[in-house]
Amino acid sequence: MNVKIEELPRSILMWDFIPKGITGVFQRGSYRYYNKYVNKKGSLTGVSMVLAVYVLFNYILPFLQGTQT
Amino acid sequence: MNENLFTSFATPTMMGLPIVILIIMFPSILFPSSNRLINNRLISIQQWLVQLTSKQMMAIHNNKGQTWTLMLMSLILFIGSTNLLGLLPHSFTPTTQLSMNLGMAIPLWAGTVFMGFRHKTKAALAHFLPQGTPIFLIPMLVIIETISLFIQPMALAVRLTANITAGHLLIHLIGGATLALMDISPSTALITFIILILLTILEFAVAMIQAYVFTLLVSLYLHDNT
Repeated sequence: MNVKIEELPRSILMWDFIPKGITGVFQRGSYRYYNKYVNKKGSLTGVSMVLAVYVLFNYILPFLQGTQT
Repeated sequence: MNENLFTSFATPTMMGLPIVILIIMFPSILFPSSNRLINNRLISIQQWLVQLTSKQMMAIHNNKGQTWTLMLMSLILFIGSTNLLGLLPHSFTPTTQLSMNLGMAIPLWAGTVFMGFRHKTKAALAHFLPQGTPIFLIPMLVIIETISLFIQPMALAVRLTANITAGHLLIHLIGGATLALMDISPSTALITFIILILLTILEFAVAMIQAYVFTLLVSLYLHDNT
């Protein structure tokens, strides 16, 4: 991010919050993850990291549902 | 711990938002699209499996039936991956919900039936009466064949729901029994744990077999009607 700290609020206001922009963020992020961890010889670690995050998310889900254990 | 055995089958919401939609879309992340002629290992393995399955499953169809290849292949991939992901701890399996399985079974079955009635009307109507029935049995047999036709989508949906739900319930029960037995008698807990391991292996097989059976039956209904 080539923005100075004091100019950060101004630059945040200039971001485009249109759906295409939001999906662009997720797409670029997922491409970076894919190319770094999955698109090589050891693709099993990349996939298993995704599955581990999925398991953890499902574990903490009841705690996010408003104090319901 | 859960209040009762069935809380793990409740549709997950997070602060009122139905994230079950995200969970249904999650398996698609695990099937990346192929960009190159020779891909990485993950995509190559998936491509090889899809080609193997599609050749074996679509070989019995004629040209008209083989237009359904994309539909049936995505169906078996979706049901197989969803069932296998449901075996991870604490995860939610969408195919345990009867509503979703009915939503998959009824349109596919109806599609095959309407195709049959539109293109080969006489042959489709002739399915209601098997060959060589005695004349006085004809009315009853037509009624029975009609009922068996309309029960096909229900059977498809309920079969998938019941198999996956029963498997998950058994794993919950035997896992709970193992935990409860550990304080009382560790040797019995060991036996129960071995049963749990065998059951998990069975569940892996059931997950994939159920996907296969669902798709195979849809393709059979298609074969009858093209």
